[in-house]
Amino acid sequence: MSKSTSWSWRKSPAIWPLVGLVLLGLINLVYSKNFFSITQRDGHYVGTIIDILKNGSPGLILSLGMTLVIATGGIDLSVGSVMAIVGAAAATMMAHGTTSLPLVLAVSLGVGALCGLVNGVLISWLRIQPIVATLILMVAGRGIAPLITDGNQVLIKLDSYNYFGSGFILGLPVAPLVVIVLYLVVWLWLRRSATGLFIEAAGDNETASRFAGLATARIKCLVYIVCGLCAAVAGILATSSIGNSDPMNDGQYMELDAIFAVVVGGTALNGGRFNFLGTFLAALMLKTLTITMYFVGVRPEVAPVPKAVLIIVVCLMQSETTRRWLGRLGRRAQA
Amino acid sequence: MNTLLRNRLPQLTTAVIFLLLFAAASLRYDYFFSTRNVSSLFISNGSLGVIAVGMTLVIFAGGIDLSVGAVAGFANIFVATMVQAHGWHPIPAIFVGVAIGVAFGASMGTMIHYFKQPAFLVTLAGMFFARGCAFWISESSVTVKHPFFLYLTDIKAELGGTIVHPLPAIIFFIVIGAGYLIAQFTRFGRNLLAIGGNEQSALLMGLPVGATKITAYAICGGTAALGGLVNTFITGSGNCTYGTGLELDAIATVVIGGTLLTGGRGHMFGTLLGVLIVGTIQLIIAFDGTLNAAWTRIITGMLLLVFILLQRLLLRATQKRVA
Repeated sequence: MSKSTSWSWRKSPAIWPLVGLVLLGLINLVYSKNFFSITQRDGHYVGTIIDILKNGSPGLILSLGMTLVIATGGIDLSVGSVMAIVGAAAATMMAHGTTSLPLVLAVSLGVGALCGLVNGVLISWLRIQPIVATLILMVAGRGIAPLITDGNQVLIKLDSYNYFGSGFILGLPVAPLVVIVLYLVVWLWLRRSATGLFIEAAGDNETASRFAGLATARIKCLVYIVCGLCAAVAGILATSSIGNSDPMNDGQYMELDAIFAVVVGGTALNGGRFNFLGTFLAALMLKTLTITMYFVGVRPEVAPVPKAVLIIVVCLMQSETTRRWLGRLGRRAQA
Repeated sequence: MNTLLRNRLPQLTTAVIFLLLFAAASLRYDYFFSTRNVSSLFISNGSLGVIAVGMTLVIFAGGIDLSVGAVAGFANIFVATMVQAHGWHPIPAIFVGVAIGVAFGASMGTMIHYFKQPAFLVTLAGMFFARGCAFWISESSVTVKHPFFLYLTDIKAELGGTIVHPLPAIIFFIVIGAGYLIAQFTRFGRNLLAIGGNEQSALLMGLPVGATKITAYAICGGTAALGGLVNTFITGSGNCTYGTGLELDAIATVVIGGTLLTGGRGHMFGTLLGVLIVGTIQLIIAFDGTLNAAWTRIITGMLLLVFILLQRLLLRATQKRVA
């Protein structure tokens, strides 16, 4: 590999999650024999990789919305709760006899967009810090979701709804296909129009963007609505994959996973740029890591511990202080 | 309006709201205004109050700590397990539990200050870390049967004819008293407010910004752990899920008490009022009976929102007057 190409791949932020994915793949190659095997059963492809793609779909979608929010220098802690609210709303509708799928989907997406709009208004027009504004919905949402279902878990029996989470097209699960389509749609929308540039500008320097004539408040509000919509899709995928809505536990701990995927994927937390490929790979890596931990025997409840350690390590690695230390060490080693 | 009154306006507003709320509830529900109820405001909210004291200090300095609920849950199950399953005496167990909280807070503060990471990110990761560790220790509830511990939980007092267990309230009063003294009468307390007002200026003034911030997070970790222990005293058992969502309650308590969320302005007395308001709302929901428990979280969230908006208005009004 020539010097110039090695410089350019090192510059792409998507390289680090890719390296992580490859490493995890190697570990699994050694420790679990059937990790890479994909077999065909009843006309569907099954295997661990398919499972990762399928179970990772809600996380991938959440990360997509979170990427945009973080690109404007904001944060959305409420995505997990919004998932639960949307799941609860959809499940309750169907439990009360609604059989029209478009209606259920429209209401679900509407609820998600509404949650995003609330966040957006609080942040862009009432100028509350994003952390606190979305923390309100994060915690209040865990009150709203059980209120919708009367505190119960609700079974979902509408097959056309459950198709999203557990159905197959040409032997492939539907959920990852939805994810890929959404990523492509959002990517095309933002890169083929000026919206993406506006988002980056608003995140890079809000005051300057406003003086340049950008409606920064409207742009910020827009990304929170998109994030709410993404959370709604994630909620639909999560509840339809198991045919059940659990208002207290759906989407729990998912907000950290989404933030993690965005940060590891090379979107800076203080805003100004975004990278969808990085986010996608990082979210995939995180899911692979989780599955690998389960294989190794880590209990699901304990899984946040290594994840929290990892995100802190990654953030510390990216920090100026660490770079300076490493730089000094490197210079000493050269001397 | 003179300066003193203007500076205390948020606290005065909160005090009036609390009195109105309590009076309205007393008129609406029979037996609401009773010794048992008033004392339970302090007793059953003891852990929230203790946690809110540490949170107040962190918010004074313009920071935020999302990990307090999880740290409380960790200390809660840690001490119960150490006493019950490993035969520790409660006193060293309590000390170790609080020390872990302090160390945890200090390390988060270090990452926030020296590595310049956003406070919410570090403490959010800390929240998941502490919660995961709590699950690691024990997933089931642990009842503590050590005689000294039972003695502590069984301290009784008679108040106007009703028997109460005042230990949580006593701890709360001690901690908030200490917090008041620290915030009002020490150099550390003034440094916190100076940093919250403008960190750059504080640094240029030669204040020990790093040490002050890290100490604030350390104290907050310590009070979070202590708050979790107060709950162990109330329930007599440890539970790894304790404190879920408590971080919002603590932040809400502080903000309702008139402390500016962006830091630099506030008063420990306001936090006491905040605890009383949140406690009164919970009492009303319990008294009403028709309201779902889920409403507690929703109303706390709404209240937090209302107070943040009030602060904005108030701040804008005072700034206009200055200009």
